[in-house]
Amino acid sequence: MKDSLAVIWAIGRKDLLLEIRNKDVVVAVAGFALLVLSIFTFAVDLNQANAKLVGPGVLWAGIAFAGVTGLNRAFALEVEGNTLEALMLAPISRDLIYLGKALGNFLFIWVAQLIVIPAFAVLFNLIVFRWEMLVICLLATLGLSAVGTLFAAMSVRVRAREVMLPLLFLPVVTPLLMAAVESTGHLVHGRSWGDMAQWLQLAVAFDVAFLVVSAFIFQHILED
Amino acid sequence: MNKVLGFLDPLLIVSAALMGVALYLIFMWVPTETNQGAVQRILYFHVPVAWGSMMGIFVVSGSSFLYLWKKDEKWDRLAVASAEVGVVFGAMMLLSGMIWARPVWAVWWTGEAKLTTALILFFIYVAYLMFRAYFPPGAQRQRLAAIIGVIGAIDSPIIYFAANLWSQAHPPLVTGPAADADSALGSDLGAVLLMSTLAFTFLFIYMLQTRYKIRKSEDDIVELKRASNAVEASQA
Repeated sequence: MKDSLAVIWAIGRKDLLLEIRNKDVVVAVAGFALLVLSIFTFAVDLNQANAKLVGPGVLWAGIAFAGVTGLNRAFALEVEGNTLEALMLAPISRDLIYLGKALGNFLFIWVAQLIVIPAFAVLFNLIVFRWEMLVICLLATLGLSAVGTLFAAMSVRVRAREVMLPLLFLPVVTPLLMAAVESTGHLVHGRSWGDMAQWLQLAVAFDVAFLVVSAFIFQHILED
Repeated sequence: MNKVLGFLDPLLIVSAALMGVALYLIFMWVPTETNQGAVQRILYFHVPVAWGSMMGIFVVSGSSFLYLWKKDEKWDRLAVASAEVGVVFGAMMLLSGMIWARPVWAVWWTGEAKLTTALILFFIYVAYLMFRAYFPPGAQRQRLAAIIGVIGAIDSPIIYFAANLWSQAHPPLVTGPAADADSALGSDLGAVLLMSTLAFTFLFIYMLQTRYKIRKSEDDIVELKRASNAVEASQA
């Protein structure tokens, strides 16, 4: 157990170190999401009622689309540097490689949200700084990185992977996005835990299901 | 003999005969429904093709799972054949449903749970086929495609649950004739629907079998080419 955690952390830390040095992913994800948000500020007439109505949807659509651009990088670097073979040669099981890569993606999307959500609060003039928002973001980011890491590993060898990843990723994460949008909707209307409980439960179920299944199935992706 | 009548597969004959009976029942025999009028007859196509697309999804996920487990090529062939036929049936389901909904619900589309689920699943299986088209052929493609099939199967109950929850929060607006009283067709409707579903089930199986055979021939051609290349290489 302790060894497994050490392996996961080692892979996650490697990605984190790379990211701290070149800041590729976080800047791309946050920049893309900020652009989506600011385009919507003039695409939709944002009075107070409208902002509450469309804001949550725009926020999560922006984060999901931006997440795809970041996830595309996750395995692209490994393939460009021929380091994926090295990872596969290492005497560790494949599910740990998956969890390590997912940890890295989770942290990147999470940090990008730390930039995007304050900007969302400012642009849409909504109050979102509450504990509920922290939980929604954690659950959504966990699910996005769990599914995203799996599909990024699959589409990395496809020609036109920039097209393939969103086509695979977005329909599968739809239930998670629904949960995030609806919980955020309750939040901006000033409601609390009780109203969003069902949606948060759904997000937890989604996260657990896809983390377990993806870790289990990952050995089939990195075969031969 | 075999060459001339080769296309007359027994499954084809059965499904054509059943389809003829179903068409007669739908357009000549069953009375017009009082509330919705003639447009209600779309139901006799819509429900069977929806059933067909659902069978398609079941077969894709089942055979994807079996492929990952057994690594037998035949499961991969069955999965891709079923995905293609299922996507065709799915497209027919979505289109026929919209044509029906416009006069009856007064909208082309609404956020109802079954509609949302059907649309998202349709997208997942379109992505499945696109992935296969984009990926270079070989065992890896089959493995990865099988993973998408399995993921789609795991996702579908979650999608349905979420869509259901979502449509409770945003009740779909139904204002057309369907908002009025229940229809009064009863047993006639059931009988025609059953007949039509049977006809489309046989059509589905026939198309699945045909696509499977084509897929098998494609694999055989690849195999033959490889063998002939090997012979040429050894002679040279």
